[in-house]
Amino acid sequence: MATQTEQMPQRAQASRTFVSMKRIRKTTRSVLIHAALIPAAFLFLLPFLWMLSTSLKSKPMIYVYPPILMPIPPNWINYPTAVTYIDFFLYLRNTLIIAFAATFGELLSCSLVAYSLARIPWRGRNFLFVLTVATLMLPYQVTLIPLFLVFKNLGWVGGFLPLIVPHFFGSALYIFLLRQFFMTIPMELSEAARIDGASELRIYASVILPLVRPALATVAIFEFIARWRDYLGPLIYLSNQNLYTLSLGIYQYRSQYGAQWELLMAASVLITMPVVLLFFFLQKTFVQGIALTGIKG
Amino acid sequence: MASTTIDAPRRRFRIHQNTRHTINGLLFATPWLLGLLIFWIYPTLASAYYSFTKFNAVQPPVWIGFANYVQMLTQDQDTRDAIYNTLYFAIVSIPLAIFFAFSLALMLNAKIKGQVIYRTIYFLPTLVPEVALAMVWIYLFTPGSGLANLPFQWLGIYRLCWLTCPQMARPTLVLLALWIIGQQIILYLAGLQDVPQDLYDAADVDGAGFFRRLLHITVPILTPVIFFHLVTSIIWALQFFAIPYIMTGGTGFPANSTLFYSINLFRQGFQYFNMGYASALAWLLFVTTLVITGIVFRSSRLWVFYSGGEQ
Repeated sequence: MATQTEQMPQRAQASRTFVSMKRIRKTTRSVLIHAALIPAAFLFLLPFLWMLSTSLKSKPMIYVYPPILMPIPPNWINYPTAVTYIDFFLYLRNTLIIAFAATFGELLSCSLVAYSLARIPWRGRNFLFVLTVATLMLPYQVTLIPLFLVFKNLGWVGGFLPLIVPHFFGSALYIFLLRQFFMTIPMELSEAARIDGASELRIYASVILPLVRPALATVAIFEFIARWRDYLGPLIYLSNQNLYTLSLGIYQYRSQYGAQWELLMAASVLITMPVVLLFFFLQKTFVQGIALTGIKG
Repeated sequence: MASTTIDAPRRRFRIHQNTRHTINGLLFATPWLLGLLIFWIYPTLASAYYSFTKFNAVQPPVWIGFANYVQMLTQDQDTRDAIYNTLYFAIVSIPLAIFFAFSLALMLNAKIKGQVIYRTIYFLPTLVPEVALAMVWIYLFTPGSGLANLPFQWLGIYRLCWLTCPQMARPTLVLLALWIIGQQIILYLAGLQDVPQDLYDAADVDGAGFFRRLLHITVPILTPVIFFHLVTSIIWALQFFAIPYIMTGGTGFPANSTLFYSINLFRQGFQYFNMGYASALAWLLFVTTLVITGIVFRSSRLWVFYSGGEQ
């Protein structure tokens, strides 16, 4: 813009005014947009801020009205109290066991199946793919009860197995996602490897897997978070308190007399933090993954 | 595929290759083939069967024909309330969610500073475990002392009962549903970024204003994303369970106003052990989901515009 005004000195005045008008319009637009986005952001942040603020309140501060936003002094002792009030670390251990096992199972099974659907040219793979996507339409409520009965007959109810084993058999959503991703790799790569005499397993492990790391990372993150947050699964299958996950355990801050809100919020913060941190450090993977699920095959 | 050749040995190899591919294809898909059978096909058929029985999981199921279905549609007040609550929730929250997610994404898409920060903030609530979310909201919306009362008391409105009275409980839950639209915002953003700039430029040349551009370019191109959001939201809303369950301890307090369909189903199956009845409920849900989704799919021909095809 500066060069323009240099080259056309007689029009300098006019173009300078024109530029600044555009600038004004742009800035106004920017300001208006921020004026809308900031209150919205505040509303979205509110639950967190409130969680944090309550977790630092001492008991008498909880039901004070108007509500205290910034507890002074912050009652840090709520945190150590919270993790000893219930068997927090035990529940944490249980949740981690389930989450890691399930994630590993999904990565293994879904990548194998997606490989079959995307990298091996066989008749019937399209039918299987359509069938796979169709199961996404099925509400979990339909399979819930018979599955429970199956596990009951196996004697698995009350333990971790019903929460882990199914994940070693694939899941439509991740198969779908990985299949889309696998299909972006040129077929020539596989064909060349086949001509070289590599077995399909070899191709899977050495050629394809290294290329799809971002997609695998997405699946891993999504599944881990899903297991971390899962409430219904543990609710149905875990009866022994020693096997509770964090989602179930957090209920114990409530008794029939009311809830220990400050402890409950402290525990909630602790439960939420890992997931939030994961997101912060792996934002790109997240957004990529969401975009992948939104793209129609 | 390998180029054509008339060599006999080559042809044998090619047939052999196809069979090999089929074997490998099936082999690699084995986990899912088993998974489909054990965790999807069998349970679906089994629950269909159970839905026609009276079954309490201890004694063998007793065939009763359509009695479950008749009961839940004509005699069971709980189920009728549950249907109403769930439909209300879906019908009210989904259009609002689409509107807000789309609007926020639009604003985020304008090249303003801090896009990443905003995006993160809007997405965060979707990460919070539902248990924590439910607890925070109970506390926020405590009648009298909850933070949510503050802005209303500035306006002189007192005694808001929020989640403790039937009239407000459902709208409050709708409000809560709007907190977790972060994922959809990101989806819309991704879609918005795919809109070819030349369309906007052409519109600018033609002198189109902001709203004109919005209605005639942006929205039509984004209809596939809106469609996806609509379908997934419907499915999600119809299955809404954890948050209202945690909030009310599975009771649908107050006065059944937060009794959602899945909570009713859960209660029937895992608290009253009416497994046959619960299976019937599940199938009604399934059929309803299919019908509604089918209608939306059909209607999509009228309003969804796939820009990929015309290039």
